[in-house]
Amino acid sequence: MKGYRNYFMNKLAWFFVTLVAAFILNFILPRLMPGDPVAAIVSRLAQGMSNTTGVQAIYEQYAEQFGTNKPMLEQFFLYMKNIFRGDFGFSFSQYPRTVADVIKSSILWTIALQFPAIIVGWIIGNTLGALAAYRRGTFDKILMPVSIFVSNLPAFGMAIIMLVIFAVTFKWFPTSGGYGFDLIPNFSWRFIWSVIVHYQLPFWSIVLITIGGQAIGMRAMSIYELNADYVKYSRFLGIKDRKIVGYVFRNAMLPQITGLALSIGTMVGGALVAEIIFSYPGLGSTILTAVLGQDYPLISATTLIITLMVLTANFLLEIFYGILDPRIKAAQAD
Amino acid sequence: MKHMLQQIFQSGKFVTGFVIFVAIVLGVIIYPLVIPDPPLKIIAQGTFFEPGIYVNVYDSINTKYYTLNLDEAAERRIADRLGDEDRQAIQTWLVGNGMAENEIDITNTEQLLDQWFNNFDPTTRLPGMTNADRNYYIRLNNNIQGLLRTEGAVIAEMNEETAVLEETATVPQTAYVNISQVPNVRILPLGTDNFGRDVLTELIRATGVSLQIGLVAGAIATLIGLVLGLVSGYIGGFVDDIIMFITNLFTVIPSFVLLILISFSISQEQRGAFTIAVVIGFTSWVWTARAVRSQVISLRNRDHVNLSKLSGHSITHIIVRDILPYIASYVIMALILQISSGILAEAGLSILGLGPKTTEVPTLGLMMNWAMIYQAHILGKWWAYFPVILTIALIAFSMNLMNTGLDQVFNPALRE
Repeated sequence: MKGYRNYFMNKLAWFFVTLVAAFILNFILPRLMPGDPVAAIVSRLAQGMSNTTGVQAIYEQYAEQFGTNKPMLEQFFLYMKNIFRGDFGFSFSQYPRTVADVIKSSILWTIALQFPAIIVGWIIGNTLGALAAYRRGTFDKILMPVSIFVSNLPAFGMAIIMLVIFAVTFKWFPTSGGYGFDLIPNFSWRFIWSVIVHYQLPFWSIVLITIGGQAIGMRAMSIYELNADYVKYSRFLGIKDRKIVGYVFRNAMLPQITGLALSIGTMVGGALVAEIIFSYPGLGSTILTAVLGQDYPLISATTLIITLMVLTANFLLEIFYGILDPRIKAAQAD
Repeated sequence: MKHMLQQIFQSGKFVTGFVIFVAIVLGVIIYPLVIPDPPLKIIAQGTFFEPGIYVNVYDSINTKYYTLNLDEAAERRIADRLGDEDRQAIQTWLVGNGMAENEIDITNTEQLLDQWFNNFDPTTRLPGMTNADRNYYIRLNNNIQGLLRTEGAVIAEMNEETAVLEETATVPQTAYVNISQVPNVRILPLGTDNFGRDVLTELIRATGVSLQIGLVAGAIATLIGLVLGLVSGYIGGFVDDIIMFITNLFTVIPSFVLLILISFSISQEQRGAFTIAVVIGFTSWVWTARAVRSQVISLRNRDHVNLSKLSGHSITHIIVRDILPYIASYVIMALILQISSGILAEAGLSILGLGPKTTEVPTLGLMMNWAMIYQAHILGKWWAYFPVILTIALIAFSMNLMNTGLDQVFNPALRE
């Protein structure tokens, strides 16, 4: 394990740098826009309020909370301090709930939906891609056009098509929500079953989209690997096909892991929109309600959490890659 | 140049993609010339009219009519008027009256009506039947009798003085109008949307706007990526370190999040289609910058570049004359992909409610957003969302095909 220390430290340092950059961007982007954010918030909030002293009081309260009357640097530290205490303020659209509370109730849904879906899609896609490269023939001829078509479909398009076919036409699955609308979250079998049933369509729509893109990439990678000398040599030695495919798969998989690490942000973005189609109670739907309710603190916190999730996933993938790729270990040993 | 174009157009994939794309663009250009309606004009009173040919009823009454004696006309008319519920009710009654269930076929109108007239008797009381049920069946019987009438419909006009209806004409059941003689016929190939707008007109305009958004976003992203990649790759050293640091940063921080933050910060009134395109462009240059940089690094030490350096040419001259031509194909491919991802980004943003303001022009994303908000997908109004998804997929598909085709032409290693 010692050989990995430099690699891990390097990745960890990079993780923190990106994290800080994400905090800064999240802080500075809305403030770079013309106009006073607090004034904008208050004007949205105070629509229909005729009491000027009331408006003034709200303005001062928010100016105090966001610290917009202080210098930029001080504002930033205030912002960081609040974040580390998990204090994102109150949600405008769901007052008196706090932003932290709203996010706490939706983040688990998103994590439980998206990451398993992306991983399952990645595994199935890569297996199919490798098979297509190895078998060629009819299997390849059917899989490839389908994959190309599916990967060109936006995630929300796939979500809608699945919803219309399986929920509206066949009525096999519910159309929306994370669990039956007549249930209160608890640990009864009925609730768990309802969650499982509601989970299927969003899950498979994300899986299918992921399969398409991954299968294409893996097929190209595997064709390249199959022409490598070690494959021909193994064949001469009479090693079983199954074993050779195993080697090829392992080698072709490494670039696919890097690819996944680089595209996970885009995937999560697409999946968030797919969540909205199914009214799944995750972060995607939270963003939608926040946008509709002009809920600035909620938007800001949600985007921050999503960035955090993507950065963490990215970091974990890099670590995983480091363990899988023997070249990294060799480089560290020097 | 001519040779290269020839080569490109020999690639089947490129040509297929190109043809689809040109067809879409031509549609966007030609359609408004034929049907110049404003795309956001509300024409329908009510939501989600089905696709079809809409014939003005008032006009068709006044149009000259022809008599066609068609055998199946009456039968079809009755079959259409007799709803599923009525058929079920008839079946229930017949079964209650002692007929076996498998003898009744509720889809066979003629047989069903025969059975009904042979058996129905308004005085019969079936076991368990309430008075309300009995009245319902009597009403149903009257309705069916009414359907079987062969007299025409009377058209009457109200006398303005006495307010009495006076018969002006009778339309027999065998009357037909020639649709080309009816002055007002509107074809709605894709029906109307939730606001009552013609979906096809709207879709064509939206496709045009979305393509423009993609083009602006792609051009901006490619330009930024190209400049950063060139500078970073050619100059190297400290500048390269800084640019690469920023690029790596934006590779991991999801551009989707930046898009949401920026779009939300711009207020709805200022968020035009162009603004959104610019924002998308500014958040999606990362891939181009990375790719251009790695290309430039491999070109930097080629002989012709070194020769140019020795001849004392300026950096701009070297970049423009000795490096750009070598990466031009790559940049064009990147631009194509950027355009298609720009269109997708706009669609995603609009579904979140952060798209361009809704009053000026439609975009593909906005149409999606409206269809979702009005639950077209749950109500089964496929024409409001499916053509939009199909258009987005076709654009992305054609762009990808063109890109793959170009890739195979420019990278001989990829040819199969």
